[in-house]
Amino acid sequence: MSAGLPTVLAAATPEHGGPVHYAAASGAFSLTWLLIVLPLAGAAVLLLGGRRTDRFGHIVGTLAAAASFVVGLVVFFALVGKNGDERAFSQHLFAWVPVNDFQVDVGLLVDQLSIVFVLLITGVGTLIHIYSIGYMAHDPNRRKFFAYMNLFLASMLLLVLGNNFLVLYAGWELVGLSSFLLIKFWEYKPAAATAANKAFYMNRVGDVGLALAIMFMFATLGSTNYDDVFTAAAGGVLGYGILTAIALLLLLGACGKSGQFPLQAWLPDAMEGPTPISALIHAATMVTAGVYLIARAAPIFNETQAARTVVLIIGAVTLVIGCVIGCAYDDIKKVLAYSTVSQIGYMFLAVGLGPAGYALGIAHLLAHGFFKAGLFLGSGSVIHAMKDEQDMRKYGGLWKYMKVTWVTFGLGYLAIIGLPPFSGFFTKDKIIETAFAKGGTSGTIYGLVALLGAGITAFYMTRLFLMTFHGKPRWESTSRIGSADPAGTPEGENAQHPHESPATMTLPMIVLAVGSVAAGALFIVGGTLSDFLAPVLGHHAGEHHGLDPWVVTLLTLVVSVGGLAGAFLRYQVRPVAAVAPTDAEVSPLTVAARHDLYANTFNEAAFMIPGNYLTRFLVWFDKIIVDGLVGGTAAAIGGLSGRLRRTQTGYVRTYALSMLGGTILVIGALLLVRVG
Amino acid sequence: MSAAPVVLAATLPPPQTPPVEYSSISPILIVLGLAFVGILVEAFAASSARRAIQPVLAVLGFVAAFVAVVLLHSRRATLVSGALAIDGPTLFMQGTILLFAVLAVMLVAERRLDSSGGAIVAAAAITPGEPGSTAMQTSKAMQTEVYPLMAFSVAGMLLFVGSNDLLVMFIALEILSLPLYLLCGLARRRRLLSQEAALKYFLLGAFSSAFFLYGVAMIYGFAGTVRLGEIADATGTVGENDLYLYLGVALLAVGFFFKIGAAPFHSWTPDVYQGAPTPITAFMAAGTKVAAFGALLRVFYVALGGLRWDWRPVIWGVAILTMIVGAVLALTQRDIKRMLAYSAIAHAGFLLVGLAGTNADGLSGSMFYLVTYGFTTIAAFAVVSLVRTGDGEASDLSQWQGLGRTSPMLAGIFAFLLLALAGIPLTSGFTGKFAVFQAAISGDATPLVVVALVCSAVAAFFYVRVIVLMFFSDPPADGPVVVTQPSLTYATAGVGAIVTLLLGVVPQPLLDLASHAAASGFVR
Repeated sequence: MSAGLPTVLAAATPEHGGPVHYAAASGAFSLTWLLIVLPLAGAAVLLLGGRRTDRFGHIVGTLAAAASFVVGLVVFFALVGKNGDERAFSQHLFAWVPVNDFQVDVGLLVDQLSIVFVLLITGVGTLIHIYSIGYMAHDPNRRKFFAYMNLFLASMLLLVLGNNFLVLYAGWELVGLSSFLLIKFWEYKPAAATAANKAFYMNRVGDVGLALAIMFMFATLGSTNYDDVFTAAAGGVLGYGILTAIALLLLLGACGKSGQFPLQAWLPDAMEGPTPISALIHAATMVTAGVYLIARAAPIFNETQAARTVVLIIGAVTLVIGCVIGCAYDDIKKVLAYSTVSQIGYMFLAVGLGPAGYALGIAHLLAHGFFKAGLFLGSGSVIHAMKDEQDMRKYGGLWKYMKVTWVTFGLGYLAIIGLPPFSGFFTKDKIIETAFAKGGTSGTIYGLVALLGAGITAFYMTRLFLMTFHGKPRWESTSRIGSADPAGTPEGENAQHPHESPATMTLPMIVLAVGSVAAGALFIVGGTLSDFLAPVLGHHAGEHHGLDPWVVTLLTLVVSVGGLAGAFLRYQVRPVAAVAPTDAEVSPLTVAARHDLYANTFNEAAFMIPGNYLTRFLVWFDKIIVDGLVGGTAAAIGGLSGRLRRTQTGYVRTYALSMLGGTILVIGALLLVRVG
Repeated sequence: MSAAPVVLAATLPPPQTPPVEYSSISPILIVLGLAFVGILVEAFAASSARRAIQPVLAVLGFVAAFVAVVLLHSRRATLVSGALAIDGPTLFMQGTILLFAVLAVMLVAERRLDSSGGAIVAAAAITPGEPGSTAMQTSKAMQTEVYPLMAFSVAGMLLFVGSNDLLVMFIALEILSLPLYLLCGLARRRRLLSQEAALKYFLLGAFSSAFFLYGVAMIYGFAGTVRLGEIADATGTVGENDLYLYLGVALLAVGFFFKIGAAPFHSWTPDVYQGAPTPITAFMAAGTKVAAFGALLRVFYVALGGLRWDWRPVIWGVAILTMIVGAVLALTQRDIKRMLAYSAIAHAGFLLVGLAGTNADGLSGSMFYLVTYGFTTIAAFAVVSLVRTGDGEASDLSQWQGLGRTSPMLAGIFAFLLLALAGIPLTSGFTGKFAVFQAAISGDATPLVVVALVCSAVAAFFYVRVIVLMFFSDPPADGPVVVTQPSLTYATAGVGAIVTLLLGVVPQPLLDLASHAAASGFVR
């Protein structure tokens, strides 16, 4: 705890909750730094080693990730061995900014919240590393890919393990960097380069919010350490206005990173990156950093009802937007991306519910980490098998050709639409339940929105699943149409030979499928996870205002099955067209959804075009006014120089005369001074 | 008859010989001794032996004198009945001059750059166009009198900064100037230009010496003394004839302005810097500047300190004009040596800014600046003499195109030195300017500093233009030859560049030394 806060601590009154304190790390906890250093070292070896490490680069990268996972497990079990209230350990590493009153130390914090993230990041990360060995086998830059992935792991671990907001911010920016590098990994594709830039720009907006929030903390508290800030927040030292401002700025940061409304548009574009990246960064881990941030800052959000309401609204809006657009796309990865947007909306909704929802949000986040990573890996397997074809209208009937993918994808699919006993059922149902339990009109609205979302989710995920794995194969017909000879065998350029992926790819899919099945019940039944996280996120007294939990569960099931049935009728019973219907043939809502509900159009009109005009104006201003002024001055001085130069005649008589003139001037000046 | 001398001796009082503290003036004596030994060597040693003996002798002499200065570091006194003063500023400037002299000797002694025998002419007496004048260019011979001449000049400089008496100061001025006039005419290549430079320098130098002497007379007319301390006392009492005082101040100032190359008394500088052998130019640019500023600071602080409100406006005006002329005229120069000459003029202006502050910080800042500028400028001229064509130095800027591609090391050093001259941070040019400008601001000369900064910006343009020329344009087909083998000149450039970097990064020790030297002030 920094020395600058005695007043803050003294003012902390019992009615708001006691001061936050973390014990010093020792024993297994002093290994924490290894978690970050192992993947960082992997990245360093691969990047600095250059082409020499091409041959074994993927092995090094995967081992680094796996080693980090093992350390994470050791720390986790050591933590579980402690009593509930003694499970927070802070490790001071070094003084980062030691300037007089401005002290920032780099330290790590292991507690219940960070350790579950550590396990998710390193666990899913390791699986995706293994998957990538197969997926990227033919890529000449595979080593670089693993280097960036290791860099991402290190950054993400720094983000969740930091013990103050500034370290979190460093990790925050570093994951942004690795995300940028990996989205544009195939930078020869213009779409990938553009998508990377778009992700970068939109994240900037959010990052400014986070940076401002941190500056607010510095300005008002002189510290960004979690313990100082949370003690002050809980102690009522900060005014309601300041707290709300900090919370809203943190929320802006969270929206940027997690692709929440109104900053959601970059996430679907980010699917231009290799599929393992979509699974790891843009589904399971990085995009959930916003949820982590809000959960971590729970003591701040607890004190400000206004900010929590904004979180709820954003979660609800995003949830619906994501589902609706997810129904309209034919690109398998885009649908999954919007599904991610929508599911993170659920998580925001959960954490926006306050102490009742934090643990549920985290539970859904973890379950989502498993099933969405599994779904993405499955889609990668399909794309791999279909010669990089991503259009679902050109799939169909694939279950016969890739059984493992079909089964594992199917399990993930059942998990996300929330059928019992798969994980999504437990976590999502709890969120809907808690939304209704909030009570009042608002509780009912949030509950209904969440319920609606569950229905639409079931619809579009069923659509995706059926279009991909069932129905008539549309790819053979595609190749026949493309072939010169209509009766000939499908040996044209578009001919497809779907096949199952290698074991390095299917194995992680199987593991993740197991997780998709089991995770939800493990976390939710008996309140395992919420009890575990309670010391960090607060206890919640089980008071219910709304509908009976069984009614909600039943409603959820009915709605989900309804969505499923609708999709079954539409996409299984009736044939699917190999070519998407034109905008004129579909409803206005579909058209809008196909255009991302005009989010890009809006962004372009509201920000990009004015921004472009501003840039053009500034360029004009710089060219004409600034350069003109500078150039003009330079020309004037040059001209003066040219003229003055003529006084340098080379004749001694001229020089002597100028000296004499100078002498007279000096004498005159001095005499003038004397007279004056 | 034999008693007569006894009678005379009894009737006349014994002559009053002032006490001479030989140890305290030992630096000057050592250098003068070096000069005389040099002349003896000229008389008795063979030509080839002289070329080997003289530089070694000169370096040893200057180093010995420097050691003497160091040993005297805590001495504060007036010497020889008040004709000389030994104090912090004297010793600081004397040490600086001696260091520059060592570097200059290294440049003069360089004989490996050319197929011929270095930068100094083989036989100065043979005029261009005479039979044999062409053969002289490639002759291995060398006018080794250059070393004793330099020693005399250095002795004059040492005396100049230590004079506590206007007449002694005048004599010192002549001792330092007369050898320099000769040295300027000793260039091996472009003899006509060199001789023209020598003659111009001599004529204009004589002109300015006359002003100086006239000023001394005027001040004597006012104060009845030529001792600086007594003049200061006299200025305290306003007399009827203070017209003489002001005339005297003006004329003295003109003498100094000429020597430091301040506008409008600067016109000799580009012509002389261009015509003189480059090692001598380097010596003049660094050494003469220190000496002239040392004496100027002493006169203005000690003798005329009470009149500072009267001479301040003149210093302001001259400083502004000098900076503008130096910076603006450098823009259109095509010759690298002329460009560096105008840069020297601009730097004289910046130094005057330090004087305009009229405070102790200004004194230490100016002394610091003189050290930084001297090392940088010697190194810059050393680089200039390394870039050559078949018939001497490639002094035309167009020949420097693309030098960064053909010899990146040398071009890199030169670029660094130019940045130092422009005053970019992490070079001594920045710390020097900072010290001087800071002193000027604390001395209520902020408008002057603003002008100085604008002029620095203008000056930066032509320094950077050379860098752009070197690194961002293609080398011409018949580019200059860069002598890259190890040589004294290369070493000198390296030493200058390293000092420039060191004083830019860790200036504090030298700043402390300068302010320590300035703290005790001038003795009277």
